[in-house]
Amino acid sequence: MAIDNQYIQIKLTEKFGDLVFNFEDSYGMLSFEAPKEQNLKVLQYLYDEPTLGFQFLTDLCAVNYPDDKGRELAVVYHLHNLQTNTRIRFKVFTSIENTDVFTASKLFSAADWMERETFDFYGVNFVGHHNLKRILNVDEMDYFPLRKEFPLEDQTRIDKDDEMFGRG
Amino acid sequence: MTEHHHHITLPDGSIEKQTTTLNVGPTHPATHGVFQNIMELDGERVVSTEQTVGYIHRAFEKLAERRPLYQVTPITDRLNYCSSPINNMGWHLTCEKLLGVETPKRVDYLRVIIMELARISDHLICNSIVGVDTGAYTGFLYVMQYRELIYEIYEEVCGSRLTTNIGRIGGFERNFTNTAFTKLEKFLKEYPKVLKEFEGLFTRNRIFMERTIGGGAISAERALNYGFTGPNLRAAGVDYDVRVHSPYSSYEDFQFDIPVGKTGDNYDRFLVRNQEMWQSLSIIEQAYQKIQAFKGAEAEIYHADVPEYYLPKKEDVYTKMEALIWHFKIIMGEVDMPKGEVYKAVEGGNGELGFYLISDGGRTPFRLHFRRPCFIYYQAYPELIKGGMLSDAIVTMSSLNLIAGELDA
Amino acid sequence: MSRPVRFNIHPIEAKISDAIGNAPAPEGYGGDGFFTARLSDVVGLARKNSLWPLPFATSCCGIEFMGTMGSHYDLSRFGSERVGFSPRQCDLLMVMGTIAKKMGPVLKQVYLQMAEPRWVIAVGACASSGGIFDTYSVLQGIDQVIPVDVYVPGCPPRPEAILDGFMKIQDLVGQESIRRRNGEQYKALLNGYGIE
Repeated sequence: MAIDNQYIQIKLTEKFGDLVFNFEDSYGMLSFEAPKEQNLKVLQYLYDEPTLGFQFLTDLCAVNYPDDKGRELAVVYHLHNLQTNTRIRFKVFTSIENTDVFTASKLFSAADWMERETFDFYGVNFVGHHNLKRILNVDEMDYFPLRKEFPLEDQTRIDKDDEMFGRG
Repeated sequence: MTEHHHHITLPDGSIEKQTTTLNVGPTHPATHGVFQNIMELDGERVVSTEQTVGYIHRAFEKLAERRPLYQVTPITDRLNYCSSPINNMGWHLTCEKLLGVETPKRVDYLRVIIMELARISDHLICNSIVGVDTGAYTGFLYVMQYRELIYEIYEEVCGSRLTTNIGRIGGFERNFTNTAFTKLEKFLKEYPKVLKEFEGLFTRNRIFMERTIGGGAISAERALNYGFTGPNLRAAGVDYDVRVHSPYSSYEDFQFDIPVGKTGDNYDRFLVRNQEMWQSLSIIEQAYQKIQAFKGAEAEIYHADVPEYYLPKKEDVYTKMEALIWHFKIIMGEVDMPKGEVYKAVEGGNGELGFYLISDGGRTPFRLHFRRPCFIYYQAYPELIKGGMLSDAIVTMSSLNLIAGELDA
Repeated sequence: MSRPVRFNIHPIEAKISDAIGNAPAPEGYGGDGFFTARLSDVVGLARKNSLWPLPFATSCCGIEFMGTMGSHYDLSRFGSERVGFSPRQCDLLMVMGTIAKKMGPVLKQVYLQMAEPRWVIAVGACASSGGIFDTYSVLQGIDQVIPVDVYVPGCPPRPEAILDGFMKIQDLVGQESIRRRNGEQYKALLNGYGIE
């Protein structure tokens, strides 16, 4: 039996007060936010609290909101309680100038590569990660390709004319 | 000549060094995909390994931000290309969740048939490759022939064999033909015999057992911490299956078991996959019976009635005004998209395949993230092979069912 | 709904005697116990019927190659059942799948390790032109790093198409002059790719 979203919200507010906010029900999944300094504390609480027990990290990724000043990057955690089959989504926002976010890889081994991927794509600097370097792209790459400001296509290619591909 | 001559000059420290460094990959015949491992070996035992991935990184997620929803389907084909239809269906289900589309039961059952066929072909490749890596090429050559039967069904349904791009948001592009059902019947009749023989070649084969039992084992706790899902997690003894825990496409209407292993080693992974193929066969049979039970107009339904998202038939576009308008609206992005964030998971060939879609109301996804199961569990590889033999490390790699296209996105 | 195109409506009944045959002899002059022909033709005949492919399979097309190699389509009918994984021993580099920029140098290295004469076949849209992946991380066709002899279109190509591409390679191999690899033109081609 899935845990009631209302109950999770009450438990979190009891523990963290105003530090957890923006609770919403998005297509049945509880989604909420916390300041980025609090991310480990929240994750640890969700992991340890016996009535919550979110001990499975389903997914970790980042999102770029270029128009939201000071909150350009969001790191999104999807957590799963396999026993009660409940999923929640947890977000922290960070500015693009200072992208330090604490690493979750000590808590979840699965977070190791997902954080490296997030660093590779968006340049989120996971503080405390033991091996934070590019994973999918070449080491020489000097930008973070999934940020909205960068184009999809390789700008150095010469054999494809953008005009001809409807992108002129 | 009284002077003593050395034949070779050894670098400093090389005599004291007890281990050998070996580079495996990225194009090694035993890696079945482009993975690089720089291993530190003590004799033939693996001391440590450093992995490099990304050799076919194709920027799926960035590409998806440029494409309307219906054009993302071909990208999903190329994630886990051994079971493309599951990825296609997963994507359609994600869109349907976002758009609030309800699919009719017959569509669900048709989808179940296609997805379970895909699961069989995925497991078939993985298990036969485990056979190849333990020295039994026969099984592989034998079952490849029967994988063609599955591909012929796909071909009849959508015109393509491997990268299927099957179905649409809301259903299928066309109804299954009678030929497709005939081919399905043929498959259901012939395949159990083949699978039985395939199992006979391996499961109680002394050499195969010696090679796989105990190799690459992982405990349930570590597997969960590493984010394992799918057959690999089930082999470690955790009965988590998305089809049962968050049923999609009417999986709740079917009777099937979740096979689980005990030790999480290569042998258990092999057995779990074999058992799952039997379960898939039974699901397909049940779905086929349910489909045959539909009568009259119901038996002809192959898509949901959602003209604002479901692309109309091509003939109608040329001859009917309404179809032309809808076609124009969908293609030109005139249909309003809801804003929101959706996470939808399906049980892929090698684990929980998740789609995290953020829509800002535009015609393309604002952000689309794929939860690729094998990217997540491949991290555990150094831990799995540590202390084992080099040749077992190769078997472990193939029994994890790593698909480079999915791993590298 | 009937399909607009149907292939092979009246398949010809196969005769077993037709299935087994000798490779046709090259043009030449023969008599009792002797036969003369151009050396190039004889060498070409031998080469083309025993090509050793090196599958450089990275993604989806590699799965179709498994089908091509398997018992149903059976590449060994064309004298290439010996699929080798050592570049030193192989003559035909079959590049199947997307080549990312990270992979480019590896591909070139493998090509350089192959001994002359060597041929290259680009299987599938990605290897030929980058395919649907016009992105920052993908090489837009392998002909940017190594010379290619035959391109096979398709995403992925059907096994029949791969076989067709293979037969095209066989034609090229059979007709190639034994002096070609020493010629100025060939050297210029390799120099174009920065290969000495």
